[in-house]
Amino acid sequence: MSFKIMPKAALPDWVTWLKNRYRVVGPTARQGQYVFAEIASPDELVLDYPTSVLPPKKYLLPQRETLFTFDAQSMQMKANIEWEPTVILGVHTCDMHAIRLLDKVHATGYTDQHYQAHRQHTTLVSIECLSPCMEQSFCKSMGTLTVPEDYDLHLTDLGDSYGVDVGSEKGEALLQGFTAIWDPTSEDYQRINKVMAEKWPRFSYRLNFDVTELPDLLALSNNSSLWNELGDICLGCGQCTKVCPTCYCFDVRDEVDLSLTKGQRTRTWDSCQIDRFATVAGGHNFRSTRALRNRHRFMRKGKYHLEAYGLIGCVGCGRCAAACLVHITPVDTFNELYRRHKKGEILEEAKQA
Amino acid sequence: MTTLLKETLKHSSIYMPTPARITAVKDLTALEKLFTIELPSGFSLNHRPGQFVQISVLGVGEAPISISSSPSRSNGSFEVCVRRVGSVTNAMHALKPGAMLGLRGPFGRGFPVERFRGKDILFVPGGLGLAPLRSLINEVLDERGKYGRVIILYGTRSPSEILFRDEIAQWQQRTDIEFHMTVDRADESWTGNVGVVTTLFPKVQIHPRNMVAVVVGPPVMYRFVLMELLGKGIAEGNIWFSFERHMKCGVGKCGHCQMHHIYTCQDGPSFSYAEIKHLEEAL
Repeated sequence: MSFKIMPKAALPDWVTWLKNRYRVVGPTARQGQYVFAEIASPDELVLDYPTSVLPPKKYLLPQRETLFTFDAQSMQMKANIEWEPTVILGVHTCDMHAIRLLDKVHATGYTDQHYQAHRQHTTLVSIECLSPCMEQSFCKSMGTLTVPEDYDLHLTDLGDSYGVDVGSEKGEALLQGFTAIWDPTSEDYQRINKVMAEKWPRFSYRLNFDVTELPDLLALSNNSSLWNELGDICLGCGQCTKVCPTCYCFDVRDEVDLSLTKGQRTRTWDSCQIDRFATVAGGHNFRSTRALRNRHRFMRKGKYHLEAYGLIGCVGCGRCAAACLVHITPVDTFNELYRRHKKGEILEEAKQA
Repeated sequence: MTTLLKETLKHSSIYMPTPARITAVKDLTALEKLFTIELPSGFSLNHRPGQFVQISVLGVGEAPISISSSPSRSNGSFEVCVRRVGSVTNAMHALKPGAMLGLRGPFGRGFPVERFRGKDILFVPGGLGLAPLRSLINEVLDERGKYGRVIILYGTRSPSEILFRDEIAQWQQRTDIEFHMTVDRADESWTGNVGVVTTLFPKVQIHPRNMVAVVVGPPVMYRFVLMELLGKGIAEGNIWFSFERHMKCGVGKCGHCQMHHIYTCQDGPSFSYAEIKHLEEAL
């Protein structure tokens, strides 16, 4: 839509200006790590952060959310659709790709009005990643090192100022009436081109093959012994799915107050890595081993989501790799499948199955 | 779209049920009861055989339950056969006529009944699988002239687990149905066939070219029955299953029922073998 320049010195004023109108959320430092949290004062905001423990997903799909309240005696029910006008600042490009997938999932088939309400009242201010954030990330390989077009505002750090791409009317509204921004000069354009050109060599490809080959590689790998090897070391803790920006599975529970009639139905994040996730009423578990559950997770990220929604389910943020206590990582898993495929082992195992 | 589903979709949350009243409860076995549920006045379920509803006991939770009555016999009310296995189904078993439940749905893709017309139909229900299949069987029997031969091969673990005894007695009387029954383990009351459901296959003539087979039962049964059906030459696209999966939402979001890229709650629970034969987690 348009492109503006905002001096870094104006950022605190802008955040304060936003805070008068919205709940403002962004990366903040907490005990040596970074978390997305509500910004109480502009100096808490750290836009130059490696990555956050949890993705900003938690503001669109809260860890715990009331779906409706009820009175079991009178059968009165009231839907609980919550939203608060929110600006999320400093969203990395990988997390923007993840939100794009979540948007698609929640709009496909039946609309999830709870997600929609959060999403429609959230304005996303993404930030260009100019240097690798952590050892485990592999966004360049997954094609998520550039921002998808769904941003409202997109910031690029130009040293003493930010380049501000306006992507939507919602984004434009964040700048309306804020005067400390100006139209770029030709030098600003040159600077942004230079910054963008210089960023790419700083990132490395970490997959040993092109990501477009991943779905086919996974399709061939159903019977790979690698899944058993991962299953042998996996602790089944579900941490990988808790930190994942594209995971959205949930559990549903009724909670009643002391009257035992009034209460609420809530949903909470759930994990396909937990042993009883796929157990049916008779006790049969369709994914009874950690090997099968690991296979499901990696297939879901690299293949199933692509088939169902046209978007890849892993955005290369590396959070699951960083969180895994036994060092199971998507990069190592995908690369090892590829190595075995090249050696002919994958086809051999497929034939034997 | 069905009227109850329309009501479900009118709610500001897709997860919020519509209240409905239980009008009758009938004991079928020690573990299973048949509930008649009356929809709010003027509503119809307008379901397809093979679809399910999400039933809520507010304060306890919600569970997906197959619809057991046929669309041809659902007039403002419908039936579900519920086995007491978890918290919601246990709570349902404690309810008496007059009690209220919450309903969402019907959800999922039922059996493609139109495609079955003009064909012979082989029904293979195992155990509680008769509950959803009864919906389709009665639909077919109510329009008997539109189908070829109707064969039912029903197996349960023991005589005490036989469901819908009254209806089975009627089916056994009819000359336009070939009905056979077996139990895995007999007791002194049992004089019929003993053995798993596949032991009934030699009792019927199967002409595969014009036959549809519909199989619903416990997961362990599917592979053995499938081998039998494929061995008889029935086309992969004419072998139909209904899958049981854990479902929390019914609308393709919670992830519990996912197999590969498919959500069983939305893309199923009925599938032809041709559709799922490449999915390792299906059978």
